[in-house]
Formats: sequence, C-alpha cells, structure tokens
Amino acid sequence: MMFSDLLQETFSAISMNKVRSGLTILGIVIGIGSVVAMISIGQGAQGEIQSSIEGIGSNLIMVMPGFEMGPGSQVRSSRGSAQTLTQEDAEAIQEQVSFIEAVASEVSGRYQITAKGANTNTSVIGTVASYSQVRNLEIELGSFISDQHVSNLSKVAVLGPTTRDDLFGENVNPVGEKIRINRIDFTIIGIAEAKGGTGMNSQDDSIFIPLSTAQQFLAGDDYVSTINVQAQDSKYTANVQEQVTNLLLIRHNISDSQTADFSVMNQADIIETASSVTSTFTVLLAAIAGISLIVGGIGIMNMMLTTVTERTREIGLRKAIGAKKKDISLQFLSEATMLTFIGGIAGILLGWFISLLISKFGGMATSISLFSVVLAFGVSAAIGIGFGYYPARRAASLSPIEALRYE
Amino acid sequence: MIEVQNITKTYKSGSTDSEIETQVLKGVSFSIKDGEFVAITGPSGSGKSTLMHILGCLDTPTKGKFFLNGQDVSQLSDEELADIRKDKVGFIFQSFNLLPRTTVLRNVILPLIYAGVPREEREKKAKTALLDAGLEESRFGHLSNQLSGGQMQRVAIARALVNNPSLILADEPTGNLDTKTGQIVLETFQKLNFEQKRTIVLITHERYVAEHANRIIHIIDGNIVEDDQNKKQRFINHDVL
Repeated sequence: MMFSDLLQETFSAISMNKVRSGLTILGIVIGIGSVVAMISIGQGAQGEIQSSIEGIGSNLIMVMPGFEMGPGSQVRSSRGSAQTLTQEDAEAIQEQVSFIEAVASEVSGRYQITAKGANTNTSVIGTVASYSQVRNLEIELGSFISDQHVSNLSKVAVLGPTTRDDLFGENVNPVGEKIRINRIDFTIIGIAEAKGGTGMNSQDDSIFIPLSTAQQFLAGDDYVSTINVQAQDSKYTANVQEQVTNLLLIRHNISDSQTADFSVMNQADIIETASSVTSTFTVLLAAIAGISLIVGGIGIMNMMLTTVTERTREIGLRKAIGAKKKDISLQFLSEATMLTFIGGIAGILLGWFISLLISKFGGMATSISLFSVVLAFGVSAAIGIGFGYYPARRAASLSPIEALRYE
Repeated sequence: MIEVQNITKTYKSGSTDSEIETQVLKGVSFSIKDGEFVAITGPSGSGKSTLMHILGCLDTPTKGKFFLNGQDVSQLSDEELADIRKDKVGFIFQSFNLLPRTTVLRNVILPLIYAGVPREEREKKAKTALLDAGLEESRFGHLSNQLSGGQMQRVAIARALVNNPSLILADEPTGNLDTKTGQIVLETFQKLNFEQKRTIVLITHERYVAEHANRIIHIIDGNIVEDDQNKKQRFINHDVL
C-alpha cells in the first residue's frame, strides 16, 4: 500500500463523519492551543525579565555597601544603607583589577524637582561619564555628563524621558532649560532614550548629574552608593567579581569575607535566578494546559475505538481481499495521527492568536518560539500515535471471519 | 486447480480442563479443475461455511492438505494467507460488504491498492471488471449506497474479478436479493464461467440456486454426501450461452 493511497483512505475516512471528526479535532485544538498560549506567556515573561536585567548593562558587576554594624554591636541596618564605598574604591578597582572595560560609581537619592511651575519627586543619580557605557544608557537629545563636568562640579543634568514628560510634557526638547534640585539650579544638557521598565527603579524616571556635584551639593559627603564594573567579556565576570571582592577586603582591612561591609553582585547570577523562577512558572502553566491535551488525546482514542467497532465488517472485508495486519493498523494509526495533525496545526494558530490577544489586551508580553511550536507539534503527533495505537492494534488483530460476520 | 485432501476442522471451546471439541469437517476430499462452476450446498451447520473459509484462505484446516494451484496453503501463517487471498481469491458476500459512501469505482479499485497495482493501471482494470460484471458505465461514479441490491452485488462481483484471481468464492450471493435480481447475479456467474472460463465456487443452502452450477457438492454434518456433475443445469438465459 503506497503512502499516497494511505493518505487518500485516511482523508476519506475522516471526512466520512465530519461532525465527529471535527469535535475530536476540537479537543486537540484546545489542548495544543492552550499549551502554546501558556508557553508563550511564560516565555514572554521570561524574555521581559531577562531583557530588563540585561538592559541595565552587559557583563555588569555591581558593588554595593553591605550592612552597617556599630563597633561591638550585632544589630544590622538594612542592606545597602551603609556608607562604606568611596570614589577612591572605584578608582582602585579601575587601576588594579584586570579584564575590566569601565567603572562607574554612582550616588543616588530622591529629591523634589521643580521646573517652570511643574514639579516631581524622583531619584537623582550622581555619576561619571562612563556610566552611559556601563549601564547601556543611550542619549536621545543633547549629550551625557562628561569628565569635565565631573571635575568642574558643573551644575548640569541629564533627564530620563519619563522625568522630562513629567516636567516639560511629551516630545518637548528642554535642553538648555533650567530645573531646581534641592533649591539648586541645574542646566539640562541631555535627555536619555527610553528603555522601558516600570516601577520604583525605572531608569527612565531619573535625573543624572555629575558625581562630584551630587556629593558636594546634595549628599554632602564622599560616599558612593554603587560601583558599577563592566567586564570585558561575559567569561571574565566571575574572575572580575573575585578580584573586586579581594581588593575591597584588603582596602577595607577586613580579613573574614563573611563580615564584609559591601556585597558584589554578578549580573549573570541575577539573570539565572530570575530565569529559574520564570521557567518554573512556564512549566507549571504548560503542565496545566497539558491536562487538556491529555483529555483531547482520550477523545481521539474514544473516537477511534468507536470507529473500529463501527467498521468491523469493513476491516473484515479489507482482510479478505488481502490487507495484512500492518495495512490495517497503519490505516487506523494514520487516521488518529491525521486528526491530531490537523488539530495540532489549528491549535498552534489558536495559541498564537490567543497570545496575540493577551499581549494586545492583557498587557502581558508573550513570545511564540520555534521551540514551543515544535514541541506542540511533536506532542500532538505523539498523542495521535500513542492514543491511536491501541484502537489500531485492536482493528488489526480482528479475525477476518469474525469481522465479516459482525452485525 | 484446487485439491482438498482429507480435511478436518475442529473447534475447541470451554475452559482448558474441560474442553469441548466440535468437529465441523470430518475428512473432506475433492478437487476442482480450472474453469469449473461448483456449488457447495448443505443445510446450516453442515460445515459448508467452514469449508468456504478454508477454500478462501481465511482459515486453515486442523488436519489434511489443501493445494491451491499446486501450492500447499494448509499450514501457512496469517500473513502468508493474506498474500494468497490478495492474489488468488476473489470473495463475494451475501451482504455485499461494499465500502459505504464510496464510489463504485473506488470500491473495485480497493483490492488493486493492496495488490500494489500502479495508480495509472487501476482505473482501466476496474472499469473492465465492472463491465464484465454487467454494470452500466453510467453508474461507475455513483456512491455504493445509491445502488440497488442487484447493482451492489455486481460491484462486489467486479471487485472479486478485478485482480484476476484463480478462484472466485461466492457465499450465498443471492441471499439478500429478490428472485429476479438473484437470477441476474446467477446469470452473471454463468456468463463469467462460460465466456471467461473463471473458476467459481458458490456456497448456498438453496438447491435451486445450486442447480445453476455445473457441479454440486452436498455436505451434511461435515461429510460430503453427494458430488455429482449437475446433469440438468439450469440456464437463466439460453441466448447468452
């Protein structure tokens, strides 16, 4: 029996009872569709989290102050609140640690900002010229803070796009205008490009000023709140992390790394942690959707068993005119597989459509990957073969004499 | 050429310790030459259906030998029997057993698919067989369930003929037909036997139907009680012969 004959037989058998085939296919469509949609939600969330972490810079290592402990006291203040890191630490890292691309220290605080009658409360980040490189900050209008600005204690500011919108309105070019931070006038020299991301720590809603200016006029001390270190390549990040830790331990005269007054975080670790959370979430969603797929598969088996019973005489006839066991089982198996195949394609389209709707109206990022399509397809084919096997077996093993006599 | 030597068939039923053996065929021997039109008759339960299953290679005898065209087929496996059926036997059933909602042509092509006949030859062969079975060409595209009983049986005859088998086995072919259409079917058999020298074995419990063959084998309780040339063969239409 040729493949084209098998296909023709299968097709005519399926179209023989369109309503029943359609309903059985619907079960698979719903199953595959929900798996595809759920995976797309999970992967979309994962992609969004990853890109927002990667958006803060590439091959990034962040040094933050650790707990502050008074002499002889075991009481810890909140992490990051200690004032233990200085610009000198940043310079030492720049000079003594190998495989690094750039270092940018920052000091941040929240202040009330006013400009021409509008005002907002946002974070003001004092930093250096290399910050834009280390943290992937693109400038839309004007320019970023330069080394000159830092050494001259210039009162200049670069606005995040959200802050610009809040103070001056959307699509306005405020370069050259003045804003007041903590009652000190700053001249706007640039606007950063939007990076997306929401919440308290959005880079879009911040103001960048020279580090020296921030320390002098706003913070009033010499400490920095974060030192961002960019490694030359992702393969060096672990190495750089270790060098930075060792260097700072020596500089801070700490012998036991457990009592370090700073913490060093590697961006890759953050991504890994976030990814493991989202992939668990994806698997969970897919597993729930998978239940409907199994129900769909049982529907296929149910229909195939009914078909085999209904067509017992036909099976007997086919055997009488020379069909072998293999021919019969192949015929029923291909019917089951064809049902899931059609259901699989329709299900992928449905899942894709659902994920489009979710990202359009639900405000959630979704992503259909080739992997999820291949997986859905593989699963639907496997269900066809798996759940079609028993009915096909049963059809093939019918005795032709019994089958021909069947009423 | 069919040669049946001392065939017995025993069915076992019941549990393993208290098996009940029923001997349906008790040593049957006969031979059928190519081109013969033989009727096997007998009351129900006489073993004629079992004999037909063995002759049609649907079943194997418990003991004895069965040669089809010189080949011993009495000890073959299920799969080997399927091959023999495919090439050497054509079946005609009481209830036609056509594929429902399928065209006449497609029904006749079915055996050719299993026989691996190339696509382009199938239609021609099927049309020839349908014309031989006496079905008008205008019906070839009809669905099988749009036909009358007589027409359905002609399609079934064409299906049995299409692969040029050595033996055509008809199991009560007129059982579901009224007398008139039954006679048309019997006439078709006579024509195929006379004009194309087809070997036909007709199984029936009706003496009247059996008398259309040129030899009658009568079975009662698993034994042949009569095997005679039918001296007063009934001809439906003398003009044909």
